[in-house]
Parts: sequence; structure tokens; C-alpha cells
Amino acid sequence: MSAKKVTQMRRLPGFGLTLGFTLFYVTLMIVIPIAALLFKASSISMQELVETFKTPRVQASLRLTFGASLLAATINTFFGFIVAWTLVRYRFVGRRLMDSLIDLPFAMPTAVSGIALMAIYAPTGIVGKQFLAWGIKTAISPLGVLIALIFIGFPFAVRTMQPAIEELELEAEQASASLGASRFQTFLRVTLPSLIPAALTGFTLALARALGEYGSVIFIAGNLPMRTEIASLLIVSRLDENDVVGACAIAVVMLAATFVLLLTIQGIQWRIERKTGRN
Amino acid sequence: MSRNSGLSQASRDPKWVQWILIGITVGFVTLLLILPLGVIFWEAFRKGLKTFTIALSDRNARSAIGLTLLATAICVPLNMVFGLAAAWATTKYSFPGKSLLISIIDLPFAISPVIAGLMLILLYGIHGWFGGVLQGFGLQVIFAVPGVVLATIFVTVPFVARELIPVMQEQGSEQEWAAISLGASAWQTFTKVTLPNIFFPLLYGVLLCTARAMGEFGAVSVVSSNIRGLTNTIPLQIDALYNDYNAPAAFALASILASLSILTLLAKSWLESRIEHRSKESEEIQ
Repeated sequence: MSAKKVTQMRRLPGFGLTLGFTLFYVTLMIVIPIAALLFKASSISMQELVETFKTPRVQASLRLTFGASLLAATINTFFGFIVAWTLVRYRFVGRRLMDSLIDLPFAMPTAVSGIALMAIYAPTGIVGKQFLAWGIKTAISPLGVLIALIFIGFPFAVRTMQPAIEELELEAEQASASLGASRFQTFLRVTLPSLIPAALTGFTLALARALGEYGSVIFIAGNLPMRTEIASLLIVSRLDENDVVGACAIAVVMLAATFVLLLTIQGIQWRIERKTGRN
Repeated sequence: MSRNSGLSQASRDPKWVQWILIGITVGFVTLLLILPLGVIFWEAFRKGLKTFTIALSDRNARSAIGLTLLATAICVPLNMVFGLAAAWATTKYSFPGKSLLISIIDLPFAISPVIAGLMLILLYGIHGWFGGVLQGFGLQVIFAVPGVVLATIFVTVPFVARELIPVMQEQGSEQEWAAISLGASAWQTFTKVTLPNIFFPLLYGVLLCTARAMGEFGAVSVVSSNIRGLTNTIPLQIDALYNDYNAPAAFALASILASLSILTLLAKSWLESRIEHRSKESEEIQ
């Protein structure tokens, strides 16, 4: 190949083909469907919107969805940290098994998780029976929704904190100890602050997943209107009633909430990059 | 191997703290993850192997398995080709809007499956943008098999691309340039140079895509009519059986999908160790 030809070819071959196919596929499969929802949502009048969100049933469902999702994400961040810390720092029998099991909620189809959780926490289930003896209903109650959301969000919390703990600079802990800090002081003042961005990212990812979750929740929730009906289920029932406008109104609110959360993650990541870049 | 011994005194937690945290971890993982897994197989086989085989030989169960395999067989190759094309386009060239394109590819992960189904209804339903026209040609999408396939594709679009993009970004294009300058054709360069380099991440992406395609529930349930023996996939059939108070049959089907997800997890840890191994090897070579 002549030198002239090489300088002419500034690009590897395949640019037009691969980019063309990528754009075509992305447009057809992702962009047009999202555009369809936004277009439909923009045609909803203010009055229809108010009417949808004024009903107590929708309000109760949004309260439950956001409340249970926030609580589940908080619990997941707390236990996720303990589990991630244990898996990274300690060595014990069964550690590798535990580590590979963390991803189970990702790998398991949500409907399968749903009926399994229901079987465990139903009044006749092995855990549900125990709680019922104390007068606590674990299934067909808001608590059931919470349990399912903890299950589904757990891997996000662990998997975002694990690499952060692995990359902790041990020198900083040593320096802190050599300056006379106790192990607990070091942890509180040196270790924990540097894990906050990862914890926040994990929290937000778990929250975003919980807000849109459907399959693993609907079995254990029992779907009682006003009590245990999550927003995703309400969208489905609106569709069953042929109320497409109502379904779109709820969907757009949930979608907007998710996007705000994802932008928050981007912001956190951007801050981390800027910080580490400066060091 | 033991990193704990490598930790200095300053980074080592007191023994009693270690015991408590290990206890919490084991307890939490057992209660939250191992218990549900165990319950599925317990419920599936509790009434004996016979109920299990009867449940699986049921006509509707068979048809659900068939539809799941069909949807997966269409969805996975499409998303694999897309993943390869998208990774090639976004890592070998620079063009305006590239990071926006990568963000858009990731979007299906952020969208609730139920909302994804709703989007497809708005497009392909009878009153939808395309639905009316397609209906004119006698093609029904929503409440039929094509809708199930489209929903499955939507929720799994990013899997392969997302595994490949970071790997190909890191590898750069020097090897491809070398092959081209030695006279290799574009296709030869791709199959002989690029493909071997990305084999394990590609396999990993395809695996994740397959697992999700077979297990998708929310999006598929919105666009399917839930007619047994016709538009039910395995997860939809599980739902239908469970609502019929036929829990043993539901768990029998669920145990198949659960076995698949255990297989996915095993393959995942194996492939991850392969990918780590390879990247170490290439570091040593460099």
C-alpha cells in the first residue's frame, strides 16, 4: 500500500456501516419508543394530569412506591456496606460463594424471585409464619413491598461499594494510626469519608431500580388498592382499563424521577473524576 | 493469596468486629438470597418428581418454553450484532455526539420494564404510530408474538454493547492498523484481530443478554395478551399458574429459570476470572 493511500485513510474501514447500523437500531428500538411516550405525554392536558394525580389511589401508590424505595435503598446501603467490607477485607470459609451469590437478584427473572419471596413470607411460609406469631404480616402488606425492593436493589449497593473499598489507600489508614488514632477513629475520620461517593452512587442506583420494579413485587404485595399497590402496577391496571392517558401520566412522572436520579449519579461520578484527576 | 495477612496492623479490624460483620454478612446473604433460591427447588420437587414432569409436559408449559426460546433466538443475535457494531463505531472513531450515543444505548436499563411495554403499545397498538399501518398488512404486533419479541429486544439492547465498549476502548486500534497495513481486508482484520481480543467480554455480554431475554416479565406482560399456549413466555406462564393456585407447576417452571440463573452466575465468575487473566497476560506482554 502506498504511503499516499495510508494518509488518505485516516480511519479504519467500517465507519459508515457500523455507525449507520448503530444509529438505525438505536433510533428504531430506543429513540422512537421514548419519543412516542413523550409525545403522548405532551398531549395530556393540565386538567387530565391534575385529575390523575388528585385521586387518592394514585397518591397512595406514589407514596408507597417512593417511601418503600427510599427505605429499601437506605437499608441496602447500610447492609451493602457491611457485606462489601466483609467480602473485601476478611477471609472466611464460603466467602467466594457469598460473593458470587450477590448478583443473584440480577440473574434471577423477577417473576421467579416474586413467587419465591411470596412462598417465604406468606402466612404459611417459613419466615412469614414466625412473624405472624408476633402479629406482623410480612406478605400482602407494605412490609412485603419493602422486602422485595431490598432483594432487588441489594446487588447495586454491594457492587458499587466493593471496588471503592478495594481501592482505598491503606497508607492513609497507617498514617492515621501512627498519629495515634484508634482503629475506630481511623475508620470514622479517614476510611468512611472516602467511601461516601460510592455509597451515594449505590444508594441512587438501588433507588432507581426500586422505583421501576414490577415482577418481584407484585406477588408478595398482594396489590390492594390504597395499601399495597405500587406505581408500576397502577400503570398496568390503567392499561387494562384502556386508560392510556392515565397510564402515560404516571409513567412520565416515574420516568422523570428516574432520570433525575441518574443525572445525580452522573454528577457524583463527575465530581469523583475531577477530584481524583486533581490528585 | 490471603490479603488479610497483607493488611498492616493499622488496617486490620479487631477480631470481634470481624466476627460480628462476617456474621451479619452470612446471615443477610442467607436470608435474602440463599433462602429464595432454596425455596424454588424445594417447592418444585416437594410433591415428587412426577408432579414436576407432569407440569413440564403440559401443553401450555411446552408452548411457553417454545415462545421463550423463539424470542431469545431472535433477540440475542440481533443485539449481539448491534453490540459489535456500536462498540466498533464508538471506540474506533471519534465523531460529534458520541458520548450522547453511548448514553442513549444505556437508556433501556434505566427505564422500568412496564413503561417500556407502554411505549411499545403507543407505537404498535391499534391506535399507535405504526400499529394501524401494520394492521393494514395483517400484522398484529401488540397482544401477539412480534410484540413479545420487540419487548424482549428493548430491555436487552445494551447488554453486549456495554460489555464491549470499555474493553475495546482500552485496547485501542493499533493492532487493527497493523493488520490493515500488512494488507488484511476489513473483514479479516475484524475476525482475526478484533474478535479474538474481545472473545470473553463478548461471550459474557451474550450470556447476560440471554439470561435477561429468557426471564423478562414486566415489559412482556404488558404487550402480551397472556393467552396460554399462544403468547405466554415462561415467566408469564409462571404468573398464570401461580394465580390459578397451581403453585407446584409454577415452581416447576420457575426452577428451570432459576437453574439457568445459577448457570449464569457460575459462568460469570468463570468468565470474569478469564477476563482478568487475559488482561494480566497482555500487561505482561507489554
